[in-house]
Amino acid sequence: MRSNLYTLGFTSIVTIVLGFFLALAADGLRELQVTNVENDMKKNILVSLGFKPGGETPWTSDEIQKLFQENIDAVVLDASGQMTEKDPKEIDTEKDVEFLPIYLKKIGNNVEGYAIPIAGKGLWSTLFGYFAIEPDGRTVKGITFYKHGETPGLGAEVDKAWFQQNFIGKRFVDENDQLVGINVIKGKVESDDQEAYHKVDGISGATITGKGLEFFLKDDLRKYEPFFKQVRVRQS
Amino acid sequence: MGLLEKKSKQAFTDPLSANNPITLQVLGICSALAVTVKMDTAVVMTLAVVAVLSISNTLISLLRNLIPGKVRIIVQLSIIASLVIFTDQILKAYFYDISKQLTVFVGLIITNCIVMGRAEAFAMQNSPGKSFLDGLGNALGYGGILIVVSFFREILGSGTIYGFQIIPDSAYAAGYENMGLMSLSPGAFIILGLIVWVHRISVDIEEE
Repeated sequence: MRSNLYTLGFTSIVTIVLGFFLALAADGLRELQVTNVENDMKKNILVSLGFKPGGETPWTSDEIQKLFQENIDAVVLDASGQMTEKDPKEIDTEKDVEFLPIYLKKIGNNVEGYAIPIAGKGLWSTLFGYFAIEPDGRTVKGITFYKHGETPGLGAEVDKAWFQQNFIGKRFVDENDQLVGINVIKGKVESDDQEAYHKVDGISGATITGKGLEFFLKDDLRKYEPFFKQVRVRQS
Repeated sequence: MGLLEKKSKQAFTDPLSANNPITLQVLGICSALAVTVKMDTAVVMTLAVVAVLSISNTLISLLRNLIPGKVRIIVQLSIIASLVIFTDQILKAYFYDISKQLTVFVGLIITNCIVMGRAEAFAMQNSPGKSFLDGLGNALGYGGILIVVSFFREILGSGTIYGFQIIPDSAYAAGYENMGLMSLSPGAFIILGLIVWVHRISVDIEEE
């Protein structure tokens, strides 16, 4: 049996050595990790707005930065849908609920689409993503998810192309421009359904993820409604 | 020397089949259920466990004569936990997309009984070289089963292998449907049970 002093000494040394290496690793890798998270967000904004990586290879980190810089205008709206002078980076979406970040796809002086962040509960987890809208302020341009903890193979299919493709071209307002949201239904959308313009195919085995998505998407769209109302007036 | 070499070789080869940690010792079941829905996550999980288990076994074996008996478990645990956090950090920095898919399961390697089990049962009594081989063998024995389970779960549950579609669209058009049960935990239990059964028959173990 070793003395208590030895035991204390040994555990202290182990703790200090391990702590030192972990701190070193965390500090050394932090910059890369932060860039990864940022690039992943930018990539999702770009994808939701219809950008696609050319060829088979995914974008490199530099390409994402460049595309984002050249084509995307990041602005912040206030609750009434007016643009403010703020930068989305300054906004803490948890706290500053009265400020709404929005990303504009601009080619020259033409706005070609709007992307808004969406987030809400699925079955197990909070889903985070972007929802992109055509310049008409009515039609869906795309949707992506960059973070969630849903069941792989079931709820996690929300980040698959087949599911996201469903949304493109759907409308989230009715013919009177009232917000109806996008309904994720059970099974496939019937083509003769009168309401098909705002319905998408659900994921079998992931009804609750779909319902959650439907609910928080409408909730988030409601916040941006003042802005998109103005967009629709300007268009017609 | 001949005897020693044979023993080292056994430390590596035994856990691959004859004393497999999952099918014969029935350890590490939780993670075998959690990460085997798709093959790509199973493969990365295997690599992460290979790294953690072989390094933790080596380190603990190096320190085996210094670690005080009273606190040995907690010392083993701190070494393993540090390695796991380090692996997680590396994945987040260099393999961001994969680490996003594995989410919490890399962190949960800490709770994998195989890692602690090998540290306590093998590395505390054997030389670093042998402990390294034992760690490697156990991790590969564990990973091999993971990959087999995920192969069946992915093809039956999603119709793909390693993300590539295998079941043709024409089969779906003709009314074939993916077996949703395979994507859920009960599917893993069924597959795992069948593998344990087949494996136990084929290695012909003696029941105690």
